[in-house]
This record gives sequence, C-alpha cells and structure tokens, in this order.
Amino acid sequence: MSKLNQLELALAGVMLGVSPWIIDGAPYEVTMGLVQKIFYYHMPAAWLFLIAAGVSGVASAMFLFGRKRWADGWALAAAELAVVFGIITLVTGPLWARKAWGIWWVWDARLTSSLILWMIFVAYLLLRKYGGPGSDKLGAGMALFGLANVPFIFVSVNVWRTLHPQTSVVPTLPVQMGGPLWFCFFAFLLLFLALLGMRARLEQQRARIEYLYLAEDEA
Amino acid sequence: MKDFFRVALLVVRKDLMVEARSLEVLSTTLFFALTVVLVFAFGLVREGRPVDDVAAAILWIATAFSGTLALGRTFERERQADTLRALMLAPADRPAIYAGKLAGMLLLMSLVEAVLVPLVGLLFQAPIFDYPLHLAVLLLAGTTGFAAVGTLFAAMLVRARSRDVMLPILLYPITVPVMIAGVRGTAAIFQSTPDEPLARFWIALLVFFDVVFVTLALWTFEPVMTE
Repeated sequence: MSKLNQLELALAGVMLGVSPWIIDGAPYEVTMGLVQKIFYYHMPAAWLFLIAAGVSGVASAMFLFGRKRWADGWALAAAELAVVFGIITLVTGPLWARKAWGIWWVWDARLTSSLILWMIFVAYLLLRKYGGPGSDKLGAGMALFGLANVPFIFVSVNVWRTLHPQTSVVPTLPVQMGGPLWFCFFAFLLLFLALLGMRARLEQQRARIEYLYLAEDEA
Repeated sequence: MKDFFRVALLVVRKDLMVEARSLEVLSTTLFFALTVVLVFAFGLVREGRPVDDVAAAILWIATAFSGTLALGRTFERERQADTLRALMLAPADRPAIYAGKLAGMLLLMSLVEAVLVPLVGLLFQAPIFDYPLHLAVLLLAGTTGFAAVGTLFAAMLVRARSRDVMLPILLYPITVPVMIAGVRGTAAIFQSTPDEPLARFWIALLVFFDVVFVTLALWTFEPVMTE
C-alpha cells in the first residue's frame, strides 16, 4: 500500500465516519422528509459507478489498442469498483423509491440503463474469473462495447416515461443540501481512489508474477 | 478495399460450402427456433387467443436464442480442427475475415427468420403483411446489430474456457438496445392501430447501433484475435 493510498483511505474513513452528522445537519426536503437523506449516499455512489465504468472502458481501450499491459490492471480494478458502487446505487435507489414513489422499481431510462451497465460489468468479472487464459483481452473488448452501449441503452429505454429527477437539480440545490452532498461525494471519491490504486497495483503484480513464472518455465 | 471484399467473399463462400454440405447449423438452429416459439405458445396462448402484444416479443426472443446457438455452433466447428487459427494465419486483413464471418452469420439468421416470421404470424395472429417493408428492415437492422456483436464475441471466446456459458452472458447485456428497439418497433407495426412513425424511430436507432458496433467490431477484431 503506497503512502498516498494510506492517506486517501484514512481521510475517507474519517469523512464517512462523520458523514451521518453532516447529513443530519442538512435541512429536511419539503415533500419527502427524512427519507430524502438517502440521497447523500445514493448520488455519490451513482456518480462513482459511472466514473468507474468510464475508467474501466478507457483503460481497456488503452490496453487493447495501445498495448499497454499496465492498463489492464486499472481496467480490472475499475470494473470491480463499478460493480461495488453499482450495488450501493441499486440498493439505495429502490429503498428511496419505495418511500418516495411508492414502488420499489420502475422501468425508467436511468434505472434500467444503470442495471444493464451493472450487468455488463458483472459479466466482465465473470469472464475474467472463469474465462481462462486470454480473458484479459476478451474482457477489454467487453468493457469497450459496454461503454459504447450506454447511450443506446439510455435512448432506447427513454421511451418509457421517466420518474427519476434530472441531474440538473444539483446546481440548484440550496447550500445546506449541496454542502453535505459534495462532502459525501468527496468521501466516496477518496475511498474509490484508494481502492482503485490498491487493486490495480495488486493485479499488476499478479500479472508480473505470472509473467516471471512463464519466463522461468521457458528458460 | 477490393482485397477486403474479395477476402470477405471467400470467407462467406467457404462457410456456405461447409454449411451446405452438412446443414448442421441451419437445421439445428431452425428446429431450435421452432421449439422456442412452441414453448412460448404453450405459455402465452390462453383459450385459443394469444395474450396481447406478445407476437413481436416472441419473434425477437426466438431470433436471439437461435442466433446464440448458431454463433456457438459455427465457431465450435472452427475450433475443433483449429481452422480458425489457420484462417488467422492467412495473409489477409483480419477485419475482412470478420466481415466475411458476419455476412455468413447474417445469411444463416435470415434463413431462420424467413421461417420464423410466417410461423409467428400464423400462431399468434400477427399482421405480418401490413407493413412488410418495415418488418423486413427492422429484422435486417436488428439481426445485423445482434450478429455484429455476437460474431466478435463468439470469435473471441473460441480460445476461452466455459465459452458456451460465456457467450449469452456477454452477448445479451450488450444487445439490450437491439432487443428493445426490435421488439418495440415490431410491436408498433403489429398493434391494432399501427404506429408507423414510431417504427421508423426504432429503425433509425437500430441503423445507428449497427454503424457504431460494426465499426467498433472491425476495429477491435484485430487486437483481440492476436495471441
């Protein structure tokens, strides 16, 4: 674990530790009341889910077309984090929806595309785990196609009426709500960066050991 | 460019010749598609009448399932005698080989659909002759998108372990837009008051999907198939 990762992890731990008090200090939303507070975890997780998916897609493209071996470690680490933050998003979302809309799930564009994007990264991890030799390249292709797919999923699901609030509400939030939101976002971001760095390093070292074993076998 | 089409055509010809001699993939896929439609008929036809709006969904699900089977079988044949490696060793453009494989797959799936469409029309009382051109374009564009992704993934998976399970797991999430657009577009022309502009919108989306994913696949085929 590098010094930077340690710092990020410690800071994220402290920030997430005090976040309940910060969220408690934010004002109640007029119509939804207490249940709206889940938003302070839901939205940062959803953003990091998308960021992780993007990082994985870009790293996969670098690995595939730029032939950069180290990029594969980043792609795998980001894919795992996409699945983790995707779970947080997909669990907190329905919890909130049940109270706010009265139903657990609607087939709206944002929800459905998140679910499918999450499934794409689960499929990616299944391939990496059970695909055997050469699955790093196959996985890179999968991540690349998954990312290119997002706009299509979004447009195609958008025909169904949408219930989900638009992201354009964020800049219009009052400071008392925006502050805790950004606080939580940075806490999650630090956690994300620490985990990403550590996992990518682990994967790169694993790949290096494998390479050394193979080199020794051949010698 | 001329070389590209020549190589692609040669690959198509080779695949068609192998298939014409054994009829293995076509006959099994066709029969499988019939079975899928029949299973749905048992589930969704009540008291002699199909549930509303199911014909389009069944048509596309049967296409996707039988397409997956055909993809798996086609590349299994290439794997057994290691002929895919021989094809890769040939002094030809990799993208051209992919294009040939894709064209062969499209031909095969079109033959299956030529039987599927009348069957679904017959069993689920779908008005398949109301907008024949729209239906044909929807099927062609949708099948192209499905086969473009499927051919690349099936080719990649030839060397992987547990490839039979992996193909649908990887293919279905990626082809979700094709399924939505195909089913909704077909449903728009099958419903009692057809919605022609909506069908056009879905056709446009499918064509756009095809352009992006065929380009991406041609581009990715070279690096993923390099050992």
